[in-house]
Amino acid sequence: MSTTTGTPPAAGDTTAATLTSDEHGNIELGKLTLAAEVIGQGTVAPPAVAEYALWLGDDALVLAQNLGWWISRAPELEEDIAIGNIALDLIGHARSFLSYAGSASGRTEDEMAYFRGEEEYRSAQLFEQANGDFAHTIARNFIAGCFQHALYERLQGSHDETLAAIAAKSIKEVDYHVDHATQWVLRLAGGTAKSRRRLIVGFADVWPYVDELFRDEPLNDELAGVAVRQSTLRPAFDTRVAAVFAEAELEVPVGFTATGGGRVGKHHETLGPLLAEMQVLARQFPGAAW
Amino acid sequence: MTISLPTRPIGGDISAEEQQFNDLIAQDSRIEPRDWMPEAYRKTLIRQIAQHAHSEIIGMQPESNWILRAPSLKRKAILIAKVQDEAGHGLYLYSAAQTLGVGRDEMTEQLIAGTARYSSIFNYATPTWADMGSIGWLVDGAAICNQVPLCRASYGPYGRAMVRICKEESFHQRQGFEILLELMNGTPEQRQMAQESVNRWYWPALMMFGPPDDDSPNSARSMAWKIKRFSNDELRRRFVGMLVPQAEVLGLTLPDPDLTWNEEKQAYDMGQPDWDEFHEVLAGRGQMNAQRMQRRRDAHDEGAWVREAAAAYAARQSATTERVVA
Ligand SMILES: [Fe+2]
Ligand SMILES: [Fe+2]
Repeated sequence: MSTTTGTPPAAGDTTAATLTSDEHGNIELGKLTLAAEVIGQGTVAPPAVAEYALWLGDDALVLAQNLGWWISRAPELEEDIAIGNIALDLIGHARSFLSYAGSASGRTEDEMAYFRGEEEYRSAQLFEQANGDFAHTIARNFIAGCFQHALYERLQGSHDETLAAIAAKSIKEVDYHVDHATQWVLRLAGGTAKSRRRLIVGFADVWPYVDELFRDEPLNDELAGVAVRQSTLRPAFDTRVAAVFAEAELEVPVGFTATGGGRVGKHHETLGPLLAEMQVLARQFPGAAW
Repeated sequence: MTISLPTRPIGGDISAEEQQFNDLIAQDSRIEPRDWMPEAYRKTLIRQIAQHAHSEIIGMQPESNWILRAPSLKRKAILIAKVQDEAGHGLYLYSAAQTLGVGRDEMTEQLIAGTARYSSIFNYATPTWADMGSIGWLVDGAAICNQVPLCRASYGPYGRAMVRICKEESFHQRQGFEILLELMNGTPEQRQMAQESVNRWYWPALMMFGPPDDDSPNSARSMAWKIKRFSNDELRRRFVGMLVPQAEVLGLTLPDPDLTWNEEKQAYDMGQPDWDEFHEVLAGRGQMNAQRMQRRRDAHDEGAWVREAAAAYAARQSATTERVVA
């Protein structure tokens, strides 16, 4: 037994060693890198494929940027973590799609993310919808997840190997996103009168942006066998939504259908401020490394 | 089973269970939730663990300030992962505190009511991206120096939570160091941004070790109980010793003109932080105290209907399950 509590440990004491080297004294200069997670580096995308990769990359990035706001503001700590996880996954997907998209013009993922203007973005407007309250966020995430899940499921069979590989990796994560949103749809719908009311409002507000997701574009004709025709995804989407809505005793909202136009650079008015915030620092130091 | 010999009580009788507690402490064994413990030990631990948990949670805010503006996608991902880790640390620590008989809701209420403390460092603002580097390198770095010894804290659940936390904190420090390294390898403006930020964070980070030993009322007892293993000044000195070579690698100047190697003492002589500022921030007069509390209160209040919905739904589900089982 020791009565010397608090006496500084002698040299060679294991704690001293831990304090001075093992845990943190020995900072490696090697870079922490998440680059291994970026799929398709080194492959050059044909121009039409690059345009299609932008659609999917921008969807993921814009949603991740929206979700980033919740971290430190979520209704409970577990949700700070869960929403953070979803945002992280989406950034990973965006990095793969955008680095592939950029390969066609010799641009990096960051040049694609930070140095394109609003009109050059190709996200669908659903992904651009503001967080609103937690119910709006869940409604938007649920739709986004169901859409991306149906899409990636089919894109795994794309003739373009890089797109197929990104889809195959991403779908496992989107599976979790859909599950997370579904659990919350059920909880909010079957929770209190207030939560149910808010969820119904949330779905009503984002539903006008569902239609755009399933519209075919001229690019689809050009990329037969490579891209997935959005219109063919609607049945899978409707089936999944119907199952969850039946359990939650919700009805599919009826009302407006928004004009859309995200795939040709026409965006919801939320996108400008979102990009301004995201890009502000990178644009202050063009060409800088971080 | 060992029967401990009764030792001669000092100034009165000492119960068998108290003797056993003293023995466990003396043998460097862990105290576990079911063991008897003096009320003051329990209270000290609850206060310390809750304060630590609150610090992790409030500590998410200064960095979340840059999640949306992170200048590259890789940095954005690393920063999100880091802030998320801090939420996880808060959860581990709240669980450890719960084993001492205090509820998470109760601790949250105390935080929001302003009756519980959290580390003052998080009341400083993060106006620049370089602050993400300084926080990782200096703030997480200081936290590690404080926390590595806590992995051996006498209370089992606390020590074990700290082992998990420390593993992640070293990743945090490394990513902060890397942010600064990238800036120092960058343009003159980037280098200036890094130095300016380190100038702002250096002294507050040194204050994280607490007041000087001769002005630290609770330290002696915590050290006797082996909740705490090193004195504030000892840890501070070690931390600075660790920073000096790293600052050299970075090419950054530590903003202490009195910082010099003392060959005789085999340690650094250093200046003193501005303890008046320390007490000011502690008293709630820092840059961001009100803002940090407001954010936490808003998240809690605005999330109330969501938590209520989840609870109502869970209650209904378990009622349904019971009916099905019956
Ligand atoms: Fe932490
Ligand atoms: Fe940390």
